[in-house]
Amino acid sequence: MTETQLNINNPILKVRDLSISYEIGKQAVKGINATIESKAITAIMGPSGCGKSTLLRAFNRMHELYPNITTEGSILLHDMDIREMSTINLRRKIGMVFQRPNPFPTMNIYENVLAGYKLNGIKLRRSERDEIVEKSLSDVTLWDEVKDSLFKKGTFLSGGQQQRLCIARAIAFNPDVLLLDEPTSALDPVATAKVEDLLVKLKEEYTVLLVTHNMSQAARISDNSMFMYLGELVEYGKTDIMFTNPKDSRTEGYLTGKFG
Amino acid sequence: MAQIPAISDSTNRRHLKNVILKVSIIILSLITIVPIIFIIYKIVVNGISQINLDFFVKPSPDSLQAMTALANHETIPGGIANGITGTFLIVIVASLLAIPVGIMIGIYLYENPTSRYSGLIRNISEILQGVPSIVLGVIGYMWIVKNVTNGFSALAGSVALAIMMLPMIIKSTEETMKMIPNEIREAAFAMGVPYHKVIIKVLIPSSISGLSTGVLLSVSRILGETAPLMLTALGSSVINLNITKPTNAVPLLIWEFYNDPNMVKLVWSSSLFLLIFVLSLNIISGRLAKKHKTGRKK
Repeated sequence: MTETQLNINNPILKVRDLSISYEIGKQAVKGINATIESKAITAIMGPSGCGKSTLLRAFNRMHELYPNITTEGSILLHDMDIREMSTINLRRKIGMVFQRPNPFPTMNIYENVLAGYKLNGIKLRRSERDEIVEKSLSDVTLWDEVKDSLFKKGTFLSGGQQQRLCIARAIAFNPDVLLLDEPTSALDPVATAKVEDLLVKLKEEYTVLLVTHNMSQAARISDNSMFMYLGELVEYGKTDIMFTNPKDSRTEGYLTGKFG
Repeated sequence: MAQIPAISDSTNRRHLKNVILKVSIIILSLITIVPIIFIIYKIVVNGISQINLDFFVKPSPDSLQAMTALANHETIPGGIANGITGTFLIVIVASLLAIPVGIMIGIYLYENPTSRYSGLIRNISEILQGVPSIVLGVIGYMWIVKNVTNGFSALAGSVALAIMMLPMIIKSTEETMKMIPNEIREAAFAMGVPYHKVIIKVLIPSSISGLSTGVLLSVSRILGETAPLMLTALGSSVINLNITKPTNAVPLLIWEFYNDPNMVKLVWSSSLFLLIFVLSLNIISGRLAKKHKTGRKK
């Protein structure tokens, strides 16, 4: 598949002929070309093992943590190859939230929000710290719930609150892009709804890339959708068009529940 | 479905087997527990008479003092202060040597579980665990006593005991690190934190209670070691805090008291002290381990 069917006016990320293999001859991601729209939610869907998480992790080079990985092609952030950036700079610009909430168990809520600064040894003045914590927690609508217990351990929060804390931790760095790897699959429906509302709100400030195998979630909140199958980007388009009128028979099959 | 009565028949027999097994387990466990209770009882009853303030603050008496006291039906003067301070000195130095090395090796094994070098380290560490402690004493003698301190010394004892601690610390570090959810590491990496900072600022703090459990268990294991210390620390009748000089330790003292017919009473008291010390270390490490496990569930 060549360039996407999608016309994007304000691109932020460009994927060019990206192929990733974990073993020689076994490609997890096969020659993907795509342009990601800025300040929008792009959902990446597909059945298990289709390479969607690998693609997501490639955006901040987290996939390089696996041994023996080979990457061909390139990803451009603001037209700059991400492999020419240091991982710390890249990951400050492209934050990540994982499937299971993972606040640092040794840190309290306040420290968790500032973990990125703390662990990287970036010194902040007290007023700056307070401001970042309040803004990040307010952005994820957690401030009112935890403002009286900022110095308690983050692991005492409920699962949904923990996940929002992790999102706050990611946006504390004020990134351009947020990567979310099935952020609601470990949460109950109420907490899921809260996170979804939050993502819709967050796209005003950030570009959101969301891996999900929950199709209705993609339909509810995403602007653009990618459908991946066996490492290929089968279809990429506006979510409402793709869900009502898929062009590829494999997309249609997945959306109607024939496989996946 | 006609076989149902047959099944209930065999249920009865199974019931009987169950009862037999249960009773034999109870009897066998009693056989194990009763001697332990007798040992503790005997040590407490015989040892308690000598436990007083002097026992903790005065060095061991000489044979003549003990003989005089026995003849006058008094408690033996002096105590085991030279042994207690020596034990602390030797164990602390051994821990300072073994803990950093052991934890670093453990982290290496955790980070590279399948490399050939890791397999080699694991094998060597297992062999090390099987080496008789007296052999480690010989090694401490050859390396330190003969070449470094040119005489018996606390340092030599610490080196021998540190080698004993290593395999336990390596193993417990690796196991504890394995229990940290991978998501925690990923969270740190996803913020661009470099590898060494992830280890120092995330992995070690997250596993600190597990790591201390391993360290405490290995300490309680070496506290009672006598044989390697005979060849290295030798013993001393005065309180010594210089690691290059011969030093006493509680288990060494027990051996000395045992060899002097006038001081047999002190054998019991010193054993009681050592027993309580090791037991409390074990209980503390058990508590820590429990805390570590419940902490993880959240």
